[in-house]
Amino acid sequence: MNHSTDRYSSTAKALHWLMALGLFGALGVGFYMTGLPLSPQKLQIYSWHKWAGVSLFLLVLLRFAWRLGHRPPAPVPMPAWQRLAAEGVHHLLYLLMFAIPLTGWLMSSAKGFQTVYFGVLPIPDLIGKDPDLGNLLKTVHVSLNFLLLALVAAHAGAALKHHFLDRDATLRRMLPGRS
Amino acid sequence: MIKQTLGAAALAAAVFALPAQAVEFNAVQADKTQIAFTYKQMNVPVDGKFRTSAASIAFDPAKPQAARASLEIDLASIDAGSQEANDEVASKLWFNTKAFPKATFVSNSVKALGNNRFEVTGKLSIKGKTLDATAPFTFKQEGTNGVFDGAFVLKRADYAIGEGMWADFGTVANEIQIKFHVVAAAAAAAKK
Repeated sequence: MNHSTDRYSSTAKALHWLMALGLFGALGVGFYMTGLPLSPQKLQIYSWHKWAGVSLFLLVLLRFAWRLGHRPPAPVPMPAWQRLAAEGVHHLLYLLMFAIPLTGWLMSSAKGFQTVYFGVLPIPDLIGKDPDLGNLLKTVHVSLNFLLLALVAAHAGAALKHHFLDRDATLRRMLPGRS
Repeated sequence: MIKQTLGAAALAAAVFALPAQAVEFNAVQADKTQIAFTYKQMNVPVDGKFRTSAASIAFDPAKPQAARASLEIDLASIDAGSQEANDEVASKLWFNTKAFPKATFVSNSVKALGNNRFEVTGKLSIKGKTLDATAPFTFKQEGTNGVFDGAFVLKRADYAIGEGMWADFGTVANEIQIKFHVVAAAAAAAKK
Protein backbone atom coordinates (compact mmCIF):
# COMPACT_ATOMS: atom_id res chain seq x y z
CA MET A 1 0.00 0.00 0.00
CA ASN A 2 1.21 3.43 -0.88
CA HIS A 3 1.46 5.67 2.15
CA SER A 4 0.37 8.97 0.74
CA THR A 5 0.21 10.85 4.03
CA ASP A 6 0.56 14.14 2.20
CA ARG A 7 -2.19 16.29 3.76
CA TYR A 8 -3.87 19.46 2.74
CA SER A 9 -2.42 22.54 4.46
CA SER A 10 -4.40 24.08 7.30
CA THR A 11 -5.25 27.06 5.06
CA ALA A 12 -6.69 24.76 2.39
CA LYS A 13 -8.68 22.90 5.03
CA ALA A 14 -9.98 26.09 6.62
CA LEU A 15 -11.07 27.47 3.23
CA HIS A 16 -12.68 24.16 2.26
CA TRP A 17 -14.71 23.72 5.43
CA LEU A 18 -15.63 27.38 5.78
CA MET A 19 -16.89 27.28 2.22
CA ALA A 20 -18.85 24.07 2.88
CA LEU A 21 -20.45 25.56 5.99
CA GLY A 22 -21.26 28.84 4.24
CA LEU A 23 -22.73 27.17 1.16
CA PHE A 24 -24.92 24.87 3.22
CA GLY A 25 -26.12 27.77 5.37
CA ALA A 26 -26.90 30.08 2.45
CA LEU A 27 -28.50 27.29 0.45
CA GLY A 28 -30.69 26.16 3.35
CA VAL A 29 -31.79 29.72 4.07
CA GLY A 30 -32.39 30.26 0.35
CA PHE A 31 -34.78 27.34 0.04
CA TYR A 32 -36.51 28.26 3.31
CA MET A 33 -37.06 31.95 2.64
CA THR A 34 -38.76 31.72 -0.76
CA GLY A 35 -41.85 30.06 0.72
CA LEU A 36 -42.36 32.63 3.48
CA PRO A 37 -45.27 35.07 3.35
CA LEU A 38 -44.14 38.69 3.11
CA SER A 39 -43.13 40.03 6.52
CA PRO A 40 -40.33 42.17 7.96
CA GLN A 41 -38.65 38.90 8.90
CA LYS A 42 -38.74 37.72 5.30
CA LEU A 43 -37.09 40.94 4.11
CA GLN A 44 -34.43 40.52 6.80
CA ILE A 45 -33.75 36.92 5.84
CA TYR A 46 -33.48 37.87 2.16
CA SER A 47 -30.91 40.51 3.06
CA TRP A 48 -28.96 38.07 5.24
CA HIS A 49 -28.96 35.54 2.40
CA LYS A 50 -27.60 38.18 0.00
CA TRP A 51 -24.93 39.26 2.49
CA ALA A 52 -23.96 35.60 2.87
CA GLY A 53 -23.80 35.32 -0.92
CA VAL A 54 -21.49 38.32 -1.23
CA SER A 55 -19.32 36.93 1.59
CA LEU A 56 -19.11 33.53 -0.10
CA PHE A 57 -18.20 35.16 -3.39
CA LEU A 58 -15.36 37.04 -1.66
CA LEU A 59 -14.35 33.80 0.04
CA VAL A 60 -14.20 31.85 -3.22
CA LEU A 61 -12.13 34.66 -4.78
CA LEU A 62 -9.72 34.35 -1.88
CA ARG A 63 -9.77 30.58 -2.08
CA PHE A 64 -9.18 30.52 -5.82
CA ALA A 65 -6.35 33.08 -5.61
CA TRP A 66 -4.74 31.05 -2.83
CA ARG A 67 -5.20 27.81 -4.76
CA LEU A 68 -3.48 29.26 -7.84
CA GLY A 69 -0.34 29.71 -5.76
CA HIS A 70 -0.53 26.40 -3.87
CA ARG A 71 -0.65 22.92 -5.32
CA PRO A 72 -2.81 20.40 -3.49
CA PRO A 73 -1.16 17.19 -2.31
CA ALA A 74 -0.74 14.47 -4.95
CA PRO A 75 -3.87 12.35 -5.33
CA VAL A 76 -4.21 9.18 -3.36
CA PRO A 77 -3.59 6.20 -5.71
CA MET A 78 -6.86 5.28 -7.38
CA PRO A 79 -8.10 4.16 -10.79
CA ALA A 80 -7.64 6.80 -13.48
CA TRP A 81 -11.38 7.21 -14.09
CA GLN A 82 -11.92 8.01 -10.43
CA ARG A 83 -9.18 10.62 -10.46
CA LEU A 84 -10.66 12.19 -13.60
CA ALA A 85 -14.16 12.16 -12.15
CA ALA A 86 -12.89 13.77 -8.94
CA GLU A 87 -11.07 16.46 -10.90
CA GLY A 88 -14.13 17.12 -13.03
CA VAL A 89 -16.32 17.49 -9.96
CA HIS A 90 -13.76 19.80 -8.32
CA HIS A 91 -13.72 22.03 -11.39
CA LEU A 92 -17.51 22.14 -11.54
CA LEU A 93 -17.71 22.93 -7.84
CA TYR A 94 -15.36 25.87 -8.30
CA LEU A 95 -17.43 27.03 -11.26
CA LEU A 96 -20.62 26.88 -9.19
CA MET A 97 -19.02 28.66 -6.23
CA PHE A 98 -18.55 31.58 -8.61
CA ALA A 99 -21.71 31.23 -10.67
CA ILE A 100 -24.22 30.85 -7.85
CA PRO A 101 -23.50 34.13 -6.06
CA LEU A 102 -23.16 35.89 -9.43
CA THR A 103 -26.58 34.73 -10.65
CA GLY A 104 -28.05 35.69 -7.27
CA TRP A 105 -26.62 39.18 -7.60
CA LEU A 106 -27.85 39.60 -11.19
CA MET A 107 -31.26 38.22 -10.27
CA SER A 108 -31.55 40.72 -7.41
CA SER A 109 -30.77 43.60 -9.75
CA ALA A 110 -33.20 42.37 -12.41
CA LYS A 111 -35.92 42.07 -9.79
CA GLY A 112 -35.28 45.68 -8.77
CA PHE A 113 -33.76 45.02 -5.36
CA GLN A 114 -30.20 46.17 -5.11
CA THR A 115 -27.84 44.28 -2.83
CA VAL A 116 -26.56 46.48 -0.01
CA TYR A 117 -23.80 44.54 1.75
CA PHE A 118 -24.49 44.49 5.50
CA GLY A 119 -26.97 47.31 4.86
CA VAL A 120 -24.03 49.66 4.34
CA LEU A 121 -22.21 49.01 1.08
CA PRO A 122 -24.38 49.16 -2.06
CA ILE A 123 -23.20 46.65 -4.66
CA PRO A 124 -23.74 48.20 -8.09
CA ASP A 125 -26.49 46.80 -10.31
CA LEU A 126 -24.95 45.40 -13.48
CA ILE A 127 -28.34 45.11 -15.14
CA GLY A 128 -31.47 47.21 -14.84
CA LYS A 129 -34.87 46.17 -13.59
CA ASP A 130 -36.44 43.58 -15.88
CA PRO A 131 -38.98 41.22 -14.26
CA ASP A 132 -38.85 38.61 -17.05
CA LEU A 133 -35.07 38.44 -16.92
CA GLY A 134 -35.37 38.36 -13.11
CA ASN A 135 -37.57 35.27 -13.25
CA LEU A 136 -35.24 33.59 -15.73
CA LEU A 137 -32.23 34.32 -13.50
CA LYS A 138 -34.12 32.95 -10.53
CA THR A 139 -34.64 29.67 -12.41
CA VAL A 140 -30.93 29.61 -13.27
CA HIS A 141 -29.93 30.42 -9.66
CA VAL A 142 -32.17 27.67 -8.25
CA SER A 143 -31.12 25.11 -10.90
CA LEU A 144 -27.44 25.75 -10.24
CA ASN A 145 -28.11 25.11 -6.56
CA PHE A 146 -29.71 21.76 -7.33
CA LEU A 147 -26.69 20.94 -9.46
CA LEU A 148 -24.48 21.99 -6.53
CA LEU A 149 -26.38 19.66 -4.20
CA ALA A 150 -25.94 16.77 -6.64
CA LEU A 151 -22.22 17.45 -7.05
CA VAL A 152 -21.68 17.86 -3.31
CA ALA A 153 -23.46 14.52 -2.79
CA ALA A 154 -21.10 12.89 -5.30
CA HIS A 155 -18.08 14.67 -3.77
CA ALA A 156 -18.94 13.68 -0.19
CA GLY A 157 -20.10 10.21 -1.24
CA ALA A 158 -16.79 9.59 -2.98
CA ALA A 159 -14.85 10.82 0.06
CA LEU A 160 -16.82 8.47 2.32
CA LYS A 161 -16.34 5.57 -0.10
CA HIS A 162 -12.57 6.16 -0.04
CA HIS A 163 -12.60 6.40 3.74
CA PHE A 164 -14.77 3.43 4.62
CA LEU A 165 -14.41 1.05 1.67
CA ASP A 166 -10.97 1.79 0.25
CA ARG A 167 -9.67 2.85 3.67
CA ASP A 168 -7.31 5.36 2.12
CA ALA A 169 -6.32 8.91 3.16
CA THR A 170 -8.58 10.84 0.77
CA LEU A 171 -10.94 12.12 3.45
CA ARG A 172 -8.51 12.12 6.38
CA ARG A 173 -6.10 14.47 4.69
CA MET A 174 -8.84 17.11 4.43
CA LEU A 175 -10.07 16.64 8.00
CA PRO A 176 -9.04 19.17 10.64
CA GLY A 177 -6.29 18.32 13.08
CA ARG A 178 -3.25 16.10 12.63
CA SER A 179 -3.10 12.33 12.64
CA MET B 1 -60.20 107.18 -41.28
CA ILE B 2 -58.16 104.21 -42.34
CA LYS B 3 -55.37 105.38 -40.09
CA GLN B 4 -57.79 105.65 -37.20
CA THR B 5 -59.12 102.14 -37.79
CA LEU B 6 -55.61 100.77 -37.94
CA GLY B 7 -54.74 102.62 -34.77
CA ALA B 8 -57.78 101.21 -33.00
CA ALA B 9 -56.97 97.72 -34.22
CA ALA B 10 -53.41 98.07 -33.00
CA LEU B 11 -54.66 99.31 -29.64
CA ALA B 12 -57.18 96.52 -29.42
CA ALA B 13 -54.49 93.97 -30.29
CA ALA B 14 -52.23 95.40 -27.61
CA VAL B 15 -55.00 95.32 -25.02
CA PHE B 16 -56.08 91.80 -25.84
CA ALA B 17 -52.52 90.64 -25.95
CA LEU B 18 -51.98 91.63 -22.33
CA PRO B 19 -53.92 88.85 -20.62
CA ALA B 20 -52.23 86.35 -22.89
CA GLN B 21 -48.85 87.26 -21.38
CA ALA B 22 -49.95 86.05 -17.98
CA VAL B 23 -50.09 82.39 -18.91
CA GLU B 24 -51.96 80.13 -16.62
CA PHE B 25 -51.06 76.45 -16.73
CA ASN B 26 -54.18 74.56 -15.85
CA ALA B 27 -54.71 71.58 -18.16
CA VAL B 28 -53.01 68.68 -16.41
CA GLN B 29 -51.68 66.01 -18.75
CA ALA B 30 -52.41 62.87 -16.78
CA ASP B 31 -50.27 60.61 -18.97
CA LYS B 32 -47.18 62.72 -18.34
CA THR B 33 -47.84 63.22 -14.65
CA GLN B 34 -46.35 60.84 -12.14
CA ILE B 35 -45.95 60.44 -8.42
CA ALA B 36 -42.83 58.39 -7.71
CA PHE B 37 -41.39 57.31 -4.41
CA THR B 38 -38.36 55.62 -2.95
CA TYR B 39 -38.48 53.64 0.26
CA LYS B 40 -35.76 51.76 2.04
CA GLN B 41 -36.09 48.19 3.26
CA MET B 42 -33.05 46.78 5.05
CA ASN B 43 -31.34 49.94 3.75
CA VAL B 44 -32.01 48.86 0.17
CA PRO B 45 -33.57 51.70 -1.82
CA VAL B 46 -36.61 50.51 -3.77
CA ASP B 47 -38.41 52.68 -6.33
CA GLY B 48 -42.13 52.76 -6.85
CA LYS B 49 -44.79 54.92 -8.43
CA PHE B 50 -48.47 55.82 -8.58
CA ARG B 51 -50.73 56.99 -11.34
CA THR B 52 -52.69 60.11 -10.56
CA SER B 53 -56.36 59.60 -11.18
CA ALA B 54 -57.32 63.26 -11.12
CA ALA B 55 -55.40 66.47 -10.87
CA SER B 56 -56.28 70.08 -11.30
CA ILE B 57 -53.84 72.89 -11.27
CA ALA B 58 -54.00 76.60 -11.94
CA PHE B 59 -50.57 78.14 -11.90
CA ASP B 60 -49.34 81.42 -13.29
CA PRO B 61 -45.63 81.85 -12.60
CA ALA B 62 -46.17 85.60 -12.42
CA LYS B 63 -48.79 85.17 -9.67
CA PRO B 64 -47.76 82.10 -7.65
CA GLN B 65 -49.69 83.28 -4.61
CA ALA B 66 -52.90 82.76 -6.60
CA ALA B 67 -51.99 79.22 -7.63
CA ARG B 68 -54.14 76.27 -6.72
CA ALA B 69 -53.52 72.57 -6.98
CA SER B 70 -55.36 69.46 -6.06
CA LEU B 71 -54.30 65.90 -6.74
CA GLU B 72 -56.06 62.63 -6.28
CA ILE B 73 -53.97 59.49 -6.27
CA ASP B 74 -55.45 56.11 -7.00
CA LEU B 75 -53.69 53.95 -4.40
CA ALA B 76 -54.58 50.74 -6.21
CA SER B 77 -52.38 51.92 -9.08
CA ILE B 78 -49.28 51.49 -6.93
CA ASP B 79 -46.15 49.88 -8.22
CA ALA B 80 -44.19 49.24 -5.02
CA GLY B 81 -41.37 47.38 -6.73
CA SER B 82 -42.77 43.86 -6.94
CA GLN B 83 -46.13 42.10 -7.20
CA GLU B 84 -45.71 40.73 -3.70
CA ALA B 85 -45.21 44.27 -2.36
CA ASN B 86 -48.16 45.61 -4.39
CA ASP B 87 -50.47 43.03 -2.83
CA GLU B 88 -49.10 43.68 0.63
CA VAL B 89 -49.46 47.49 0.63
CA ALA B 90 -53.15 47.24 -0.36
CA SER B 91 -53.79 45.42 2.93
CA LYS B 92 -55.21 46.94 6.11
CA LEU B 93 -51.78 47.30 7.67
CA TRP B 94 -50.63 49.60 4.85
CA PHE B 95 -53.04 51.70 2.78
CA ASN B 96 -56.20 49.70 3.45
CA THR B 97 -57.06 50.45 -0.14
CA LYS B 98 -60.57 48.96 0.10
CA ALA B 99 -61.61 51.45 2.76
CA PHE B 100 -59.41 54.33 1.56
CA PRO B 101 -58.91 53.97 -2.19
CA LYS B 102 -57.50 57.45 -2.73
CA ALA B 103 -54.94 59.81 -1.32
CA THR B 104 -55.61 63.50 -1.91
CA PHE B 105 -53.64 66.68 -1.76
CA VAL B 106 -55.27 70.12 -1.77
CA SER B 107 -53.08 73.19 -1.74
CA ASN B 108 -53.58 76.10 0.65
CA SER B 109 -50.84 78.38 -0.58
CA VAL B 110 -47.95 78.64 -2.96
CA LYS B 111 -45.08 81.00 -2.44
CA ALA B 112 -42.16 81.93 -4.64
CA LEU B 113 -38.67 81.09 -3.38
CA GLY B 114 -36.96 82.74 -6.35
CA ASN B 115 -35.07 81.23 -9.26
CA ASN B 116 -38.11 79.33 -10.55
CA ARG B 117 -38.41 77.63 -7.22
CA PHE B 118 -41.64 77.60 -5.27
CA GLU B 119 -43.11 76.02 -2.22
CA VAL B 120 -46.57 74.59 -1.93
CA THR B 121 -48.36 74.00 1.35
CA GLY B 122 -51.57 72.10 1.70
CA LYS B 123 -53.49 69.25 3.21
CA LEU B 124 -52.45 65.71 2.46
CA SER B 125 -55.00 63.03 3.24
CA ILE B 126 -54.10 59.37 3.35
CA LYS B 127 -55.89 56.50 5.06
CA GLY B 128 -58.46 58.76 6.69
CA LYS B 129 -55.91 61.11 8.15
CA THR B 130 -55.33 64.71 7.02
CA LEU B 131 -52.11 66.51 7.83
CA ASP B 132 -50.31 69.61 6.63
CA ALA B 133 -47.70 68.96 3.98
CA THR B 134 -45.14 71.26 2.41
CA ALA B 135 -43.06 70.60 -0.67
CA PRO B 136 -40.64 72.70 -2.65
CA PHE B 137 -40.89 72.44 -6.40
CA THR B 138 -39.41 73.91 -9.53
CA PHE B 139 -41.35 75.23 -12.47
CA LYS B 140 -40.17 75.08 -16.04
CA GLN B 141 -41.91 76.02 -19.23
CA GLU B 142 -41.44 73.56 -22.09
CA GLY B 143 -43.24 74.80 -25.18
CA THR B 144 -46.85 75.27 -24.20
CA ASN B 145 -46.47 73.00 -21.17
CA GLY B 146 -45.60 73.88 -17.63
CA VAL B 147 -43.55 71.24 -15.87
CA PHE B 148 -43.57 71.01 -12.08
CA ASP B 149 -40.99 68.89 -10.29
CA GLY B 150 -40.92 68.58 -6.56
CA ALA B 151 -39.96 66.29 -3.75
CA PHE B 152 -40.59 65.90 -0.07
CA VAL B 153 -40.19 63.35 2.65
CA LEU B 154 -43.27 61.63 3.96
CA LYS B 155 -43.08 59.86 7.29
CA ARG B 156 -45.22 56.77 6.86
CA ALA B 157 -45.94 56.51 10.59
CA ASP B 158 -47.75 59.90 10.47
CA TYR B 159 -50.45 58.22 8.40
CA ALA B 160 -50.19 54.77 9.96
CA ILE B 161 -48.92 53.35 6.67
CA GLY B 162 -47.42 50.05 7.76
CA GLU B 163 -48.95 49.05 11.08
CA GLY B 164 -48.56 46.04 13.32
CA MET B 165 -45.52 43.98 12.41
CA TRP B 166 -44.44 46.69 9.95
CA ALA B 167 -44.61 49.57 12.46
CA ASP B 168 -40.97 49.15 13.44
CA PHE B 169 -38.60 51.12 11.21
CA GLY B 170 -35.83 48.54 11.46
CA THR B 171 -36.90 46.84 8.24
CA VAL B 172 -38.88 49.46 6.32
CA ALA B 173 -37.68 52.99 7.11
CA ASN B 174 -40.13 55.65 8.22
CA GLU B 175 -38.97 58.22 5.68
CA ILE B 176 -40.37 57.81 2.20
CA GLN B 177 -38.98 60.09 -0.52
CA ILE B 178 -41.83 61.35 -2.68
CA LYS B 179 -41.14 62.90 -6.06
CA PHE B 180 -43.83 64.44 -8.16
CA HIS B 181 -43.68 65.37 -11.79
CA VAL B 182 -46.73 67.21 -13.07
CA VAL B 183 -47.20 68.48 -16.61
CA ALA B 184 -49.94 71.01 -17.33
CA ALA B 185 -50.62 72.75 -20.60
CA ALA B 186 -51.28 76.48 -20.78
CA ALA B 187 -54.89 77.58 -20.93
CA ALA B 188 -54.73 78.84 -24.52
CA ALA B 189 -52.97 75.76 -25.79
CA ALA B 190 -55.43 73.53 -24.02
CA LYS B 191 -58.33 74.98 -25.98
CA LYS B 192 -56.92 73.84 -29.32
